[in-house]
Amino acid sequence: MGLTCQSCGKALLNDKFNIKLGNHEAFVIALAGNPNVGKSTVFNALTGLKQHTGNWPGKTVTNARGHYTHKDKEFMLVDLPGTYSLLANSVEEQVARDFICFGKPNATVVVVDATCLERNLNLVLQVMELTDHVVLCVNLMDEARRKGISVDLDTLQKSLGIPVVGTTARSGEGLTNLMDEVHDISLGLKITSPKNINYSKDIEEEIKGLVPKLENIFGNTLNPRWVALRLLEGDQTLLDSIHQFLYTEIYSNKDTEVACFYE
Amino acid sequence: MSSQTSNPYEILVDIQNEISNENQCKFRDSMVKSIYTQAEAIAEKVVTKSHTKKYDWDHKLDDILTSKFTGYPIMFFLLGLVFWITVTGANVPSSMLADFLFGIESKLTTLFMSVNTPQWLHGILILGMYRTLGWVISVMLPPMAIFFPLFTLLEDLGYLPRVAFNLDKLFKKAGAHGKQSLTMSMGFGCNAAGIIACRIIDSPRERLIAMLTNNFVPCNGRFPTLIAISTVFVGGAVASHYSTIIASFFVCTLVLLGIFMTLIISWGLSKTLLKGVPSSFTLELPPYRKPQFLKILYHSLIDRTIFVLGRAIVVAAPAGLITWILANVFIEDLSILSHMAAFLQPLAHLIGMDGFILMAFILGLPANEIVLPILIMSYMSEGAMLELDSLQAMGDLFIANGWTWLTALNVMIFSLLHFPCATTLWTIKKECGSSKWTLFAAIMPTLIAFITCFFITQLVHIIR
Repeated sequence: MGLTCQSCGKALLNDKFNIKLGNHEAFVIALAGNPNVGKSTVFNALTGLKQHTGNWPGKTVTNARGHYTHKDKEFMLVDLPGTYSLLANSVEEQVARDFICFGKPNATVVVVDATCLERNLNLVLQVMELTDHVVLCVNLMDEARRKGISVDLDTLQKSLGIPVVGTTARSGEGLTNLMDEVHDISLGLKITSPKNINYSKDIEEEIKGLVPKLENIFGNTLNPRWVALRLLEGDQTLLDSIHQFLYTEIYSNKDTEVACFYE
Repeated sequence: MSSQTSNPYEILVDIQNEISNENQCKFRDSMVKSIYTQAEAIAEKVVTKSHTKKYDWDHKLDDILTSKFTGYPIMFFLLGLVFWITVTGANVPSSMLADFLFGIESKLTTLFMSVNTPQWLHGILILGMYRTLGWVISVMLPPMAIFFPLFTLLEDLGYLPRVAFNLDKLFKKAGAHGKQSLTMSMGFGCNAAGIIACRIIDSPRERLIAMLTNNFVPCNGRFPTLIAISTVFVGGAVASHYSTIIASFFVCTLVLLGIFMTLIISWGLSKTLLKGVPSSFTLELPPYRKPQFLKILYHSLIDRTIFVLGRAIVVAAPAGLITWILANVFIEDLSILSHMAAFLQPLAHLIGMDGFILMAFILGLPANEIVLPILIMSYMSEGAMLELDSLQAMGDLFIANGWTWLTALNVMIFSLLHFPCATTLWTIKKECGSSKWTLFAAIMPTLIAFITCFFITQLVHIIR
C-alpha cells in the first residue's frame, strides 16, 4: 500500500525530525507539556549535561534532546515545544503533534502544573487520544502545597487510565518514580488503558462511519479514531503531515550524515 | 475497495471534502468543548483547595482588570494617572534644572568674553550646542525620571500583560496578530525596541503589519514633546487649578488616537496589501507580584532614563550646532534656515503649521527628541534673544511666532503620526530586509500625518 515499513522508524526519526540515535537500542521518550510548567527543569534534571540542541527540520522551533540511563537501559529524551493543545493552531503545536504521531516515541511524558491542573489536563487528554504510552508527571507539587492545593494522584491515575507521578523537579522529588514508570511503559512491562474522550452523539456517529475506512488505509500506523476526529474538524495540517511523513521517500543516508555533521 | 489502488492521501482529502465547512466548524467547537468539560470534571474530582485569600484575590482582580466593561476605563484612568503624576511632578525639578543650567550659561558667556573668544565660536558652542543640550536635559530628564519608574512599576506588578489581553481582541478584529498588542506596548518605550520585539510574531504577514504600525504609539522621544506642548497650550487654556489634569487627559487622548490609528492601519493593510487570516496564540497571564522598588528605580533610571537621555544628548549636540549655523549664515539678507523654511512654508500652511516647524521635524529625523530644541533654536535666532528657562517661556516664544491652539494641535498630531526616526527605520530595514517596505514605513505614516492635519486645519478654517 505504499506505506513506509515499520522497521524504517529510526530512519524516519533521523531524517524527518533531525534526531540521531547514537545507540539503536535506546528508547525514545517525548516530553510534552504546557509552557511554564517546569518542563525544562524536568528535562535538565533527568539528562544533566548530556544534551544537544538544534532546530526541527524546516522550522524555527528549538529541538532539544538529551540522554539518561536508568536500570541499565538508555533513554533519549526529546523536549517538545511547550503547547496548550495539539490542535495545530501554531507551529509549536504542529511540531509536538507530528513528533508524537509520526515519530512514534516509546513513551510520552506529559508534564503538568499541579497548581492549575484543570487547564493542563486538556493537553493530557489530547495526548492520550494519540498514543497509549503516556506517563503523567504532575510537577510543582511543592508550589501546590504552599498554595494549599492538594492533588489526589491515585484518583487521577484511575480517572485517566495512565501512570501518574507527582514531582518537584527543582528538588528532584519524584524523579526516580518517573524514570521507573517510563522504563516500564517503554519495555512494555506495564500496559496502559487511557480513557477516551466522549464526544457528542453526532461526532461519535461520524467516527463510527470513518474508522473502518481509515483502518483499511493505515493498519496500525496511525490511530484511526484520532485521524477521524481530525478529518471531521477539517484539520488541513494533519493531511499535509501525513503526506510528508508517510508518503514522501526518505532521503539516502548520505544526506542525513551531512545534515548531522552541520548540526 | 477502490482505495487499494488510489493514493491514500487523496482518499483522506476526499473524505475531508465531503464534510461541509459549516459542519467542520461545528464539530471542532463541540470537540473542544468535550475536551474542556472532561478536563474540568476530572480536575474537580482530584483537586482540593484550602481557600487561601491570596489566590481568590488574584482572580477577582483579573476579573475586574480584564472585564469588557471595566477593563478599558481602568486602562485609560491608569494611563492618565501616570501622565498626571509625570506632568505635575516634572514642573518643579524642570525649572530648577533650567535655572541651574542657564545660570552656567551666563557664567560661560562671561568666561568666553574675558578671553576674547570670537563671536561666532561663542555662538556655535554656547548659543548653539550648550543651549540645546540644556533644554533637552531640563525638559526631558524630569519627566523621564518620573514616567519610566511608574511605567516599570505597572510592568512589574503584572498589569501590562492584562493590557495586552484587553487589546488582543481588537487586534484580532483588525486582522493582525494578538501579540501586536505586546510589541505596541514596547513601542511606548522606544519604537526601535518595539520593532525588534516583533520577532515574537511568527507569521511574516502579521510581523510586517506590526512593524509598519509600531510608530503610531509615541515613544519616549516624543512624549516630552507632547507633554510640553500639551501643558502649555491645552493645560494653559483652562484655570490653573485643573491645568495639569486637563493636560494629562489630553496626552492620554493622543495615545488613544495613536492606538486607534494602529488598529485602523493594521486593518487596512490586512485587507489590501497584506491579506490573510490572523493566527491564534495563547497569552498566559502571570501572577501579580510585589514590585521590587529598588530594582525598578535602578532599571528605569540607569537602563532607560540615562540611556535615552544619553542618546538624545549625543544627537542634540551636533543638531544644535548645525541648526545654529543654518540660522546664522546669511545668503543675501535671509539665513539658510529661513530660506529653507520659506520654501516649506506653503506646504506647512496647508496643514496648519509653519515652515520652521516642518523644518524641525525633518532635521529631527535622527531622533525625535530634538524636534522642539531645534524649533526653539530657529525661532530664537530669528527674533530677539530671550531667556528660555521655563515651559511658559517656551509657550510665549511660540505664541510670539504666530502659534494658535490649532498650530499646537497639529504639531502634536503630526508628531504622533509622522515618519519614524532614523534608528527605527534602520531597524525596520534590518528586521524585514526589504528597502521597499522600509520606504513604505517612512512614507505611509507621513502621508497619514499630512492628511489628518490637513483635514483638521481645513475643517477649522471652514467652521471659522
